[in-house]
Amino acid sequence: MAKASLAAIPNQRPELAQLSDDQLKDAFYRMSLIRRFEEEAEQCYMKGLIHGTMHLSIGQEASAVGTCMALTPSDYITSTHRGHGHCIGKGADPKFMLAEFFGKRTGYCRGRGGSMHIADIEAGNLGANGIVGGGLPIAAGAALSIKMRKADEVVICFFGDGASNEGAFHEALNMASIWKLPVVFVCENNQYGMSMAFSRASSVANVADRAVAYSMPGVIVDGNDLPGVHSVMAQAVARARAGEGPSLVECKTYRTRGHSRSDRNLYRTKEEIEEWKARCPIERLKAELTATGRIGADVLDAITARVNDEIAAAVVFAQESEAPDPSQLAEDVYA
Amino acid sequence: MLDVAPQTEVRELTYAEAIREAMAQAMEADPRVFTFGEDIGTYGGAFGVTGDLIHRFGAERVIDTPISELGMAGVAVGAALTGMRPVLEFQFSDFSLLASEQIINQAAKIRFMFGGKASVPLVIRMPGGSGTGAAAQHSQSLEAIFAHIPGLIVLQPSTPHDAKGLLLSALDNPNPVLIFEHKLLYKVKGPVPAQAYRVPIGQAAIRREGGDVSIITTGIMAVRATAAAERLAAEGIDAEVIDLRTIRPMDVPAIVKSVKKTSRALIVYESVKTLGVGAEISAAIAESEAFDYLDAPIARLGGKEVPLPYNPVLEKASVPQEDDIFNAARALVREGHI
Repeated sequence: MAKASLAAIPNQRPELAQLSDDQLKDAFYRMSLIRRFEEEAEQCYMKGLIHGTMHLSIGQEASAVGTCMALTPSDYITSTHRGHGHCIGKGADPKFMLAEFFGKRTGYCRGRGGSMHIADIEAGNLGANGIVGGGLPIAAGAALSIKMRKADEVVICFFGDGASNEGAFHEALNMASIWKLPVVFVCENNQYGMSMAFSRASSVANVADRAVAYSMPGVIVDGNDLPGVHSVMAQAVARARAGEGPSLVECKTYRTRGHSRSDRNLYRTKEEIEEWKARCPIERLKAELTATGRIGADVLDAITARVNDEIAAAVVFAQESEAPDPSQLAEDVYA
Repeated sequence: MLDVAPQTEVRELTYAEAIREAMAQAMEADPRVFTFGEDIGTYGGAFGVTGDLIHRFGAERVIDTPISELGMAGVAVGAALTGMRPVLEFQFSDFSLLASEQIINQAAKIRFMFGGKASVPLVIRMPGGSGTGAAAQHSQSLEAIFAHIPGLIVLQPSTPHDAKGLLLSALDNPNPVLIFEHKLLYKVKGPVPAQAYRVPIGQAAIRREGGDVSIITTGIMAVRATAAAERLAAEGIDAEVIDLRTIRPMDVPAIVKSVKKTSRALIVYESVKTLGVGAEISAAIAESEAFDYLDAPIARLGGKEVPLPYNPVLEKASVPQEDDIFNAARALVREGHI
């Protein structure tokens, strides 16, 4: 097909126009990889191949990928219990993630962490977190470290709407503000803290409304819109990198799966879930890329096929990897 | 004992001065080291420990924080994960409970939980203990709560020498270290070498050698027990005083060796007796080869089962004092029980 160019497509919105074809293809790849990874993890769980629990972010892929696209490899993220998308967005390899789900030695945490604790320090992922709000002050600390080292890095702090009612949120934003730290607080507001609706749990209509209390910009963005998320994040990251201080970005989104494996969706309607499924960020990006002629459907379908192969190979890798032995239990124990 | 070169100058410093000197030497030697906490800058710290450090190292490395203990502990974790060596001061150890999420769920877990691929080299210094009339929310000894958690190193220095040497060891350690300092010790003087030196983590000190009874202590109780032991000597009782210095990991071999020698164990600690550090020491003796050597039941003196009261007479009655140790040790040796 003909290579798209900006001049040829005058109606392209600026958020899309500022992204290169390679960036868009990579974003589509990563969003598809997250989706396929989580679908496969869910299948493995249903088949009894994985124990414990997991928190799926299906429907939220654009906020993870759109945000991480604005980063360099040496930038940091802190993640949440719903963090698979953040990991893949920051460059994690799904085969080591699946190996971790399977509890294997080859997993990111050598089978000690599972779904909720994947960290990839070398890639700048300071860790998913099982404690709601746990990553917020850690992100502020990493940002203080960057400032003290006079480094050029920034920190992205992912958290959910539920975390915005934890004290850690308020303490971290206040400290980041008074010290002008290079951190962007990215709230993925998926409307529910487990079953508690954000509207019932919060004194404000939007998490971003709280930014004013900490003298930082508060921006709301459609979290299911990949180019839109990227555009807002690029500005917030540039601001942080320039030493102008933190921002609070709220991505309005939705998890179409339940909170965790025990969720029977008693607190929301089927209609609401279906309505949000129709706003699938991956289908939306695909539709826009093909409609504008930026990327052809054949190219995107080839990416989808590659993703399917990659995840299938990851499952085999995870299943065939060496399991830990109880004799290794005391490794990394120091006190 | 620590090797100190003979040419090294040894001065009399207070416990607070010794900590400050360790901080200054660490900050001079390593640009990654910084300290932060409430009122530690121009104010110099609630107990004067940081003193003039802000004037020597600047407000960028001696950082006043808002009153946000949970946030501060998280900042320490994040800074430690990304290449810095934070030393966090809590104004009172009681306030660490506000930060227990970050200390216990995050700092203690990260190295193991992330498969050994990350470590959290942070130090938290905090004044604990009773005796200042600060009442129930500013006087506790909480070391047992944190020492219960795998992944936390817990120190309790009792002398200016150890306060300096253990802090420098803590800063060398790649893992989270909590240091419980005692408020009543800050103004106590003792010999401190001028150079930087390390007191090894996990190694008890014998404060007085003796053959009749092992008095196994933590923190300020080492000071009281040593004074009590001198009075016991005047009565013909030869007490050995063990100062654990590190609560976790505990120097069990030193305890066992002493009890095998003396055949009697009196355990003295300020934190609440029930489910405290003393229970662990007692169990360690009972589970060891020293059990067969015992001539009397293991005895414990610990804090009373009360929130610490304000009234000074009540406050003193709540934790072991020198007389209590003297009387208990004498009873254990003479009568076989306390």
